Amino acid sequence: MEYAQELFGNFFGPEWGPALFVVTKNVLLIVAIILPLMLAVAYLTFAERKIIAFMQMRVGPNRVTFFGIPWLGGWGQPIADAVKAVMKEIIIPSGANKLLFVLAPILTFAPALAAWAVIPFSPEVVLADINAGLLYILAMTSMGIYGVIIAGWASNSKYAFLGAMRSAAQVVSYELAMGFALVCVLMMSQSLNLGDIVMGQQGSSFLNWYLIPLFPMFLVYFISGVAETNRAPFDVAEGESEIVAGFHVEYSGMAFTVFFLAEYSNMILVATLASIIFLGGWLPPVDMAPFTLIPGFIWLVLKISGLLFCFLWFRATFPRYRYDQIMRLGWKVFIPITLIWIVVIGLVMQLPSPVRGVFPLNLWFH
Amino acid sequence: MSFQDIIFYFFSAVLVASATGVITARNPVHSALLLVLAFFTSAGLWLLLEAEFLAITLVLVYVGAVMVLFLFVVMMLDINLDRLREGFWKWAPFGALLALLMSAEMAMVLMGEQFAADELPAPPSRAADYSNTKELGRLIYTEYVYAFELAAVILLVAMVAAIALTLRRRTGNKAMDVAKQVAVKREDRIRMVTMPSEKKE
Repeated sequence: MEYAQELFGNFFGPEWGPALFVVTKNVLLIVAIILPLMLAVAYLTFAERKIIAFMQMRVGPNRVTFFGIPWLGGWGQPIADAVKAVMKEIIIPSGANKLLFVLAPILTFAPALAAWAVIPFSPEVVLADINAGLLYILAMTSMGIYGVIIAGWASNSKYAFLGAMRSAAQVVSYELAMGFALVCVLMMSQSLNLGDIVMGQQGSSFLNWYLIPLFPMFLVYFISGVAETNRAPFDVAEGESEIVAGFHVEYSGMAFTVFFLAEYSNMILVATLASIIFLGGWLPPVDMAPFTLIPGFIWLVLKISGLLFCFLWFRATFPRYRYDQIMRLGWKVFIPITLIWIVVIGLVMQLPSPVRGVFPLNLWFH
Repeated sequence: MSFQDIIFYFFSAVLVASATGVITARNPVHSALLLVLAFFTSAGLWLLLEAEFLAITLVLVYVGAVMVLFLFVVMMLDINLDRLREGFWKWAPFGALLALLMSAEMAMVLMGEQFAADELPAPPSRAADYSNTKELGRLIYTEYVYAFELAAVILLVAMVAAIALTLRRRTGNKAMDVAKQVAVKREDRIRMVTMPSEKKE
């Protein structure tokens, strides 16, 4: 690392060397995050098809293999799908706003990736260890909605436009509940830094995780996350049976695939955040020998996978919500629950310290 | 010119260009999107000033919520562009007067002595663990708590008024009461009837 820095300093001079070194280093680190993420997205689609097939007593994709090995049947499917998508033509409908039509998938995808900058994968491994990490993530995820709205408008299609309008109203509503749920978390951790939030949950076992004192907030956050990503049962933005495919009806080939990638990377992001904030991130469930031997990153991946499984499970089991029921759930159920819980947490934090030292409270309120 | 200067000039150029675009774009949707870009780049400028909380809040509130609803409304409106431009020359002198007045006011403030470059040095840069958010929170909820609560109450009044103005109670609509739906029992909906089996005649 020092050698590379010196090399840059010699090559570009003392003023430009350090700056260019930082830029190069960060670009390489970003690639090191995005490439595994894209691979995870590809295999998440495979997992989704296999798991839903299993729940519906079907087989799912089982043909495409690597090098003709029979027991790898199906594992080549995501790669084959990607190759197919790249080869297809991108059709721009007549009357569409060309620039915005092409820009929309990028605007959905870019914030979905940008949010990963502040995610800590283990105590040291984080691209940008900033103080306002949680706020940054909220800001970035709230930007993703522009891609959907612009896609719906620029397509010059009624179905796409209806899907975009539904999605906009839904995402803006659920963002509030999500934000309030996170307010409880930062009241308890007294920090916006994701690494510090995980450190606040450190203790002898999983009882210290924020999952237990903030259980209603975990439910609100996770369900709002499902709604934010426009996944079933909140997928009225796509609503195949009502408005064909919603905001991306007119998209084909790679442009459609970018929307698809953004949706799945947002799913992984919501699961990752929920694991970091409520499930103790990279901390093992019990701070004892067999569990601590497994590296923290593996624990984080296990927690993320468990939550992602729930995403797929929801899709296979729940019927789609009606639109007014979605709005009711967001505004009349979740927001009051979160407001009450903020007051409860605030009251507990104001208790005199001897009372906070009593058994269950001393685990969370240091 | 250092690296930071280049970033500053880049953001400023994008900000000025997009702000000009907001008022010159023919399509109102383009104007709204350029305004989003303007907000985003000014957030970038604020980050350069180490005001990370304000910058992120600008993106979160204005870009993430306000402009989404704004765009929502602009897209729903069926705007006739020719009709919009009809009165342009009639109102141009008035607009120019307003613009002149505003520029004069801004010049009076900015060219005053309090805003001279040596009166307002760049803020001292803080250590990496200095949390802007914490400091702001502490100030708002201790020293300025009355002003803060007043602002909150004003916003609440505006919200209540907006809801009260648009709320209309219609009689005879078929809205469902979810609590009632959930509380329904089998006995409320099904009547069991015992009847003897019938013979085919």
